[in-house]
Amino acid sequence: MADLNMSLKKTPMPEQEPDVRNKNFEEVSTGYTALMAHEEAMRCLNCKNRPCVAGCPVNVAIPDFIQAVAENRIEDAYLIITNTNSLPAVCGRVCPQESQCELPCVRGKKGEPVGIGRLERYVADYMLLNHPDDKKETVKAAAKGIKVAVVGSGPSGLTCASDLCDMGYDVTVFEALHKAGGVLVYGIPEFRLPKVIVEKEINRLIEKGVKVCVDTVIGKTLTIQELRDDGFEAIFIGSGAGLPNFMNIPGESLNGVFSANEFLTRTNLMKAYRSDYDTPIFFGDHVAVVGGGNVAMDCARAAKRLGAERVSIIYRRSEQEMPARIEEVHHAKEEGIEFHILTNPTQIIGENGWVKAIECVKMELSEPGPDGRRKPVVIPGSEFVTDVSSVIIAIGTSPNPLIKNTTEGLETNRHGCIVADDETGQTSIPYIFAGGDTVTGAATVILAMGAGKKSAVAIDNYLKGCYHE
Amino acid sequence: MFKILEKKDLNSEVVYQKIYAPLIAKKCEPGQFIILRVNEAGERIPLTIEDYDREEGWVSIVFQKVGKTTLLLGSLNAGDQILDFVGPLGKASDTEDMKNVCVVGGGLGCAIALPQSKKLLKSGAHVDLIAGFRNRDLVILEDEMKKASSNFFLMTDDGSAGTKGVVTVKLKELIDAGNKYDTVIAVGPLVMMKFVSLLTKEYGIRTIVSMNPIMIDGTGMCGGCRLTVDGKTVFACVDGPDFDGHKVNFDEAMRRLTMYKEKEKHSCNLFRGIE
Repeated sequence: MADLNMSLKKTPMPEQEPDVRNKNFEEVSTGYTALMAHEEAMRCLNCKNRPCVAGCPVNVAIPDFIQAVAENRIEDAYLIITNTNSLPAVCGRVCPQESQCELPCVRGKKGEPVGIGRLERYVADYMLLNHPDDKKETVKAAAKGIKVAVVGSGPSGLTCASDLCDMGYDVTVFEALHKAGGVLVYGIPEFRLPKVIVEKEINRLIEKGVKVCVDTVIGKTLTIQELRDDGFEAIFIGSGAGLPNFMNIPGESLNGVFSANEFLTRTNLMKAYRSDYDTPIFFGDHVAVVGGGNVAMDCARAAKRLGAERVSIIYRRSEQEMPARIEEVHHAKEEGIEFHILTNPTQIIGENGWVKAIECVKMELSEPGPDGRRKPVVIPGSEFVTDVSSVIIAIGTSPNPLIKNTTEGLETNRHGCIVADDETGQTSIPYIFAGGDTVTGAATVILAMGAGKKSAVAIDNYLKGCYHE
Repeated sequence: MFKILEKKDLNSEVVYQKIYAPLIAKKCEPGQFIILRVNEAGERIPLTIEDYDREEGWVSIVFQKVGKTTLLLGSLNAGDQILDFVGPLGKASDTEDMKNVCVVGGGLGCAIALPQSKKLLKSGAHVDLIAGFRNRDLVILEDEMKKASSNFFLMTDDGSAGTKGVVTVKLKELIDAGNKYDTVIAVGPLVMMKFVSLLTKEYGIRTIVSMNPIMIDGTGMCGGCRLTVDGKTVFACVDGPDFDGHKVNFDEAMRRLTMYKEKEKHSCNLFRGIE
């Protein structure tokens, strides 16, 4: 066994230069080479307690796969990861590792934790590149001839579908848009998550027997009841949180004001940045993006790449409270995105019906409240006006009511989220399970995947119960 | 893929296509729409369903060749395929408790008003149908509209067919003549729906308009189709497309429709081969 790498820092991952990458849609980080991956894998102490595994919502056997990487058994590493994670190339890129698996890493106590996400990405990319046709040898159970429907092809749906398929169920995934992938396709931009990777991951599912029906809006084209009547014995709803929130301030209906969903969908799903696509998009010289989450960063960085001269993030709390990943904020700053923190829009000012400027107030943070969070409070008389050409509202999304409205007896909470059991995802209707953003409100890819996984197990138990009786 | 079963040019600008889409045909209702994408690089555009046959599994669309996507779609013929065709979207028109109705269609809007007229007539309502066009060459679906109404009134801007004048002239005339409409349904260009609504407001007649703004997904996700109705923001795709004409902010809707006008012109020119 070779010597451990005791460097306090993660092996750096090569990136495109900020000034180059803010003009293209290619991936920001180009990924580890074999040598770098080995070097980083050698930082793992393979400790007894394995706190990283507990930190992962889908409990990937992290030290085991890293050990395999260290021994250059990349195929083995891949099998270890995919044993519990059906989308490794995606998770290696967009998981907030810093607050999950890497957070409790022993190496992180003194120095930086092991670059688990980077290694996961390396393994997944290696396999996609070197064994693109490799059909993962899952221990697939014999076909049961029982139909299960999965509504939504985002992270929770894909994970649930994958696991159920492995258990031998006949799984069909229904997607409202024309392409499968949900937020991975319409939301997260190419430069953070190349769409070819999502496509390959979905193709793997299709190859192993999952059926995917695009252009099918559940709640419109077909209702949950119709799926039931059609012989689907259990249904998993992973329809996400797709309804954009607006600020309800004057001027939001001006030309040049967009929801983050619209801006990102045009850019990512509809490829507005490519001249060979018909999708129009508008941004102008100075784009203001309201919000401080990953979606806001994605909008800002996409606008910059599309050619906006200035892009400003407007966020009402301080940088510390920003929900975006530190890495995304860091990347955005490097790329020349301006940050206006402790600032809140009060109205969008128009000229001939088009956005001309935005009026904001300065905010300050109160002492922490009972929830420990410091509330932003307006500083009186601090109004100021900045010229902008467009405004993108990225202040969050809510679940879409289409399914709720057409499914009698399906319980939702006051935010419109489907009420589901924490452990199983079972809803008020026994044969319907739900997970991901449609239950939690907008959260992360990996949490949604974790929910999809739990529900797959629960659906299996539920159906076993049905057939036992 | 969705197959085009039949195609007809209704006039030089307006095209009729019958599309095989059994799931949509099975449950669509008048007033609902579909979103289609012709090919991989294409836009998603909403089009109102003109007619349907549940047994044969088709729905028909009628569209005007005004943008690149509709030009491209119009160049396709029976036997050709459309890549994506999703629906039925939006709420069905609520025609219940309507007994005496005046349906007003403008241009292409006549095709969209047709299924509602048919449904109303079938339900036993009295239906006066006013159809307006710029000139006689642009008149479409005249026979169908006659069949779908109790009385049919054709109007053209230049008087080359029917009576000369805009639809509101005829509507005012009919109301003043003593017709007690409980509802006016207006489908057509925004400016026409605006003026119909202004007129009926004076008379206090309930007026339903069908909005067709820019949208992407048609399921409430993009918010691009937002309108102001009664001072509140609504999404045409899920809250509509039918709204109370007396409460719609038409000027804002007209402005929002111009969002990509310049870009559209450019891509149309490219499509037509005009640089």
